[in-house]
Amino acid sequence: MTAVIDEARPQRVSFFNDPKVRSRAAQIVFALLLLWVGYEIYHNTSANLAKLGKNVDFNFLGNTAGFDIIQRPIEYSRESSYLTAILVGFLNTLIIAILGVICATILGFVIGVMRLSSNWLLAKMAAGYVEIIRNIPLLLQILFWYTAVLKPLPGPKESLSFLGVAFLNNRGFIIPKPIWGDGAGFVGIAFIIGCIAAIAVSRWARQRQERTGEQFHSFWAGLGLIIGLPIVAFLLAGAPVTFEYPELKGFNFAGGTTILPELIALLLALSIYTASFIAEIVRAGIMAVSHGQSEAAHALGLRAQPTLRLVVIPQALRVIIPPLTSQYLNLTKNSSLAVAIAYPDLVAMGGVVMNQSGRAVEIVVIWMIVYLALSLFTSAFMNWYNARVRLVER
Amino acid sequence: MKNMLMSLALGAGLSVAAVSAASAATLDDVKAKGFIQCGANTSLIGFGFPDDQNNWTGLDVDFCRALAAAIFNDPTKVKFTPLSAKERFTALQSGEIDVLSRNTTWTMSRDTSLGLKFAGVTYYDGQGFMVKKSLGVNSSLNLNGASVCTQTGTTTELNLADYFKANNMTYQVVAFEQEQEVLKAYEDGRCDVYTTDQSGIYAQRLKLAAPDDHVVLPEIISKEPLGPVVRQGDDAWFNVVKWTYFALLNAEELGITSKNVGEMMNSTNPEVTRFMGKEGDFGVAIGLTNDWAAQIVKHVGNYGEIFERNLGESSQLKIARGKNALWTKGGLQYAPPIR
Repeated sequence: MTAVIDEARPQRVSFFNDPKVRSRAAQIVFALLLLWVGYEIYHNTSANLAKLGKNVDFNFLGNTAGFDIIQRPIEYSRESSYLTAILVGFLNTLIIAILGVICATILGFVIGVMRLSSNWLLAKMAAGYVEIIRNIPLLLQILFWYTAVLKPLPGPKESLSFLGVAFLNNRGFIIPKPIWGDGAGFVGIAFIIGCIAAIAVSRWARQRQERTGEQFHSFWAGLGLIIGLPIVAFLLAGAPVTFEYPELKGFNFAGGTTILPELIALLLALSIYTASFIAEIVRAGIMAVSHGQSEAAHALGLRAQPTLRLVVIPQALRVIIPPLTSQYLNLTKNSSLAVAIAYPDLVAMGGVVMNQSGRAVEIVVIWMIVYLALSLFTSAFMNWYNARVRLVER
Repeated sequence: MKNMLMSLALGAGLSVAAVSAASAATLDDVKAKGFIQCGANTSLIGFGFPDDQNNWTGLDVDFCRALAAAIFNDPTKVKFTPLSAKERFTALQSGEIDVLSRNTTWTMSRDTSLGLKFAGVTYYDGQGFMVKKSLGVNSSLNLNGASVCTQTGTTTELNLADYFKANNMTYQVVAFEQEQEVLKAYEDGRCDVYTTDQSGIYAQRLKLAAPDDHVVLPEIISKEPLGPVVRQGDDAWFNVVKWTYFALLNAEELGITSKNVGEMMNSTNPEVTRFMGKEGDFGVAIGLTNDWAAQIVKHVGNYGEIFERNLGESSQLKIARGKNALWTKGGLQYAPPIR
């Protein structure tokens, strides 16, 4: 063997054919090109702006906005600044993104498991759902749900009433607004204490099980703590809450909190659409766990439910999490299609500010930075979670 | 790899080329490419709307045709870019279009800090409200608590906020990007009130299934002088656009129409001979031919004719001339003389 290698010892390679040199050179050329493209973009933008007698300046964000917004998570009026308007848009994007991620995940897991069901009808229904929903453009689905939500709903005067306290009409779903009185803070504190206690209980239960093998229903105990403690605190503080009930006044209901039809339609469209992709990811993840794993678990005497919970799902999650992250990012970015149905998200509000102030470059920069930051944050969180469920080799 | 490098290099090259796109000499650019790129509305009857034969019609659209007639002696040498209210200024600022003629309100900030110049007021308008007759509302002061549908990125949106604030009324604004969406949402009952410039309200009402079920409230809450817009810093092009507008008005004042423009060529009235370009070098002075104004009237007609066929009695809108009559007839339309 050694003789062969000795014979095949490479002769001196010419400089140009040395793979190391070649790959370095290619990388340097590519990096220079990238730099040049970046410089061109900057130079082109500033040259064109200079030609128009304009500059890039973010001071305009302090000017009075002058327009109103329909959904305001924070204090906002026409006297507020452009910056506040953009912030309102950003919070509205957050609201739809968080709600959408939660709903899409739940629906996606249900559909994904349904597709694997041995029940023929269930499996086919789930397959049909996935194939139909993921093959129709999202914008069409948003417009469909907007029309589907709006059209059948009656006007304010003929609202559908729920026990006379909540009302549904084509202006939205109007529910009583809780007004917290003195001592309401205790309920919040009790909730936090409940959460911490639940975590402590589950830790203790796990350690005890490893030590003694004795099991403890830590899930139910935790749930009891999280829900029970705030209720006890609420009652002890003398139920410090009153409700502002919606009342029909003139054109519409006054008082209460309104959930806009735009929000409902957008949430339906985004979660139903994204769920079809998540369902496929979940199915792939579960199928990726070899059948031998569950057989081995059964052989050890585990029943079907613990097998799924303790053996299959932890392994499936490793496959599921990375593509799931992509879907969460997609959903967040797709929420910008809200602009089609008058939901005041970041893109819609930025667009208004851009039009009223004429500051196009600045607004586009803000859009890009905010979406980038939002996506990077989501990625970072999901990467952290991914690291937790990763296979730990011993 | 090689392909990627090529496309990268190409992209970078294009970005260099784009620097020269927004050149200062728009008139020369327009002449060189052989047509005007005009930003227009797609869905507003009377201002920019495709008719039954799919011809783009309207006052704003005809203004661009008049501009083409002045420059090329051919009203068809204009290409239209459909723009939403939100996109329009960026399109003009970036040089994508040469002139914006899309029912755009002349305001101080647009005329100064946005880097734009308004060339004139082709239509004096004001913002109004439309509601369903069945609501029984007869004044916009009774709109407290109403939901209002409007278009985003407009002066309408700002006037609305001002008006409700000034009158201590609350409201909910539902702002869409496209005019069609605003109207559809109003028709679907999402809002109680539809608001835009009053000419626009009359135009949009025609598109509703039952126009007579809706009533336009009497109040006008703002001044909306609408006109063509160009970029700042190009006086030659600004002059061409401005004087095209003035030529349309002067033609009406002098009684020159598309029908009698041939006879008027032989007129001995000095004002008419100057207008026709038989006396003086007024056309050459703005970079056109001397018969530029005659060409406008020959192909597109005078302001009165344009108004009449798009907005007046012979159109479906039947809007009276009102403030848009010539100053000689009690209106506000007034043009400096060609002299």
